[in-house]
Amino acid sequence: MNVPSDLRYNSSHEWVRLEGDIATVGISDHAQEELTDVVFVELPLVGRAVDAGDPTAVVESVKAASDIYAPIGGEVVEVNLDVEADPALVNTDPYGRGWIFKLRVKNAADVEALLDAAAYSAQIG
Amino acid sequence: MSDLLKRSPLEAAHVELGARLVPFAGWYMPVQYTSILDEHAAVRGAAGIFDISHMGQFLVSGPGSLEWLNRTLANNVAKLGIGEGQYTFLLNENGGVIDDLIAYRTGEADFFLVVNASMIDEDFAWMSKHLDAGVELRNESDAWVGMAIQGPDSPAVYAAACPGEPLPPRNGIAFTSSGCVVCRTGYTGEDGFEFFSPAADGGDWLKRFVQHGAKPCGLGSRDSLRLEMCYPLNGNDLSPTRTPIEAGLGFFVDLEKGDFVGRETLAKQKAEGTEVRLVALAYTDKGAPPRAHYPVLSPEGEVLGELSSGVLSPSLGIGIGLAYLPIAWTKLGTEVRIDVRGRLNPAKVVKKPFYKPAAKA
Repeated sequence: MNVPSDLRYNSSHEWVRLEGDIATVGISDHAQEELTDVVFVELPLVGRAVDAGDPTAVVESVKAASDIYAPIGGEVVEVNLDVEADPALVNTDPYGRGWIFKLRVKNAADVEALLDAAAYSAQIG
Repeated sequence: MSDLLKRSPLEAAHVELGARLVPFAGWYMPVQYTSILDEHAAVRGAAGIFDISHMGQFLVSGPGSLEWLNRTLANNVAKLGIGEGQYTFLLNENGGVIDDLIAYRTGEADFFLVVNASMIDEDFAWMSKHLDAGVELRNESDAWVGMAIQGPDSPAVYAAACPGEPLPPRNGIAFTSSGCVVCRTGYTGEDGFEFFSPAADGGDWLKRFVQHGAKPCGLGSRDSLRLEMCYPLNGNDLSPTRTPIEAGLGFFVDLEKGDFVGRETLAKQKAEGTEVRLVALAYTDKGAPPRAHYPVLSPEGEVLGELSSGVLSPSLGIGIGLAYLPIAWTKLGTEVRIDVRGRLNPAKVVKKPFYKPAAKA
């Protein structure tokens, strides 16, 4: 299972890449494999303010809809229209072209409180 | 939890083939092997194989079995020649559907019934309670393992796996020289067959069909395939409070054959019409996948009903679903909205089925 060491993770399987005060969010390789073929991604509205733990996007497989939670608080500043057009990117490139939304974080230190790759790897065992 | 679930005799073979197993209808069954979309496409374009061991098999025999079945089931078994089968219903006194099943005639007074997994016990109890003297009813569900080979290439898979054995014609049943039962039917709209072997031989047969080109497929694609064809799923699209007439399946009911359980309600509905009817709804644009229980609204926002089944059709790329709607909303082309988490997706009533398979051999 691919768990890049330069990212932080939420126990609900989102990953976060922090660059300045912008956090890019997607779902982990483990999550995309568990969800199976992604056929639809519902993106949040740009400008929406979210708290950590808020359902912010929805990723749907043939069988089920799954909420994607904001790992940290902030404002949605960009969404990935490519995954809206081609949802399979979430399966094929979960840490790259399959990202879902970007947040301008309220408090960059919140990211430090998330799981590191070792802790997340241990969680998914 | 899984201790309470029935296990397919094919479980070891599934694990070997990489299946993801989930609880379904009281059974622990493969939902997919590699990808629901790939498995769906394999059945539409080549051949796939499904474990249907969870389905039940009843044998009915003895003098008077035809007459008894005709009073117990909604279709007319007298229309069946030996070796032929038909889709039919087990109804309650109000005409509601207990189960939908296929009845095959295997002799003058011998019948083979294939019923739904979750309904084996209930069907058997109901039929036993209404049994006529002289008719023998046996539940052989545990003795058989079943698999469905589906897709345009399935006759070729059969020819390679069972050389020299003829495949019966559409809806027909045959017995193989190795003691198996083969039925030319399925739940996908494609050509194909269901194959029942003694439980102990199931794993070997599964591997044999796979070796000859059938891709292992799980219940996930079985559901998307059947819904593209508008084939009902009992428990979703059929229920004890809905009749086959309301479900739009009156073709499989014979009101002229004499009395049968539920006939009175069906005859009245046929003559006077019904208040609701099960319709096929398709999105007119892209949108989040429709799913069972999502509300169906009028364009003005009045709640009309809910989806009994829904899926983002892998073959068509749009949302499709079935819903019981008031009769005024069932005309082809009628515009409605499907409520997905508060977002109202425009949809319209379309002709069944959603998908038309390529011409059959």
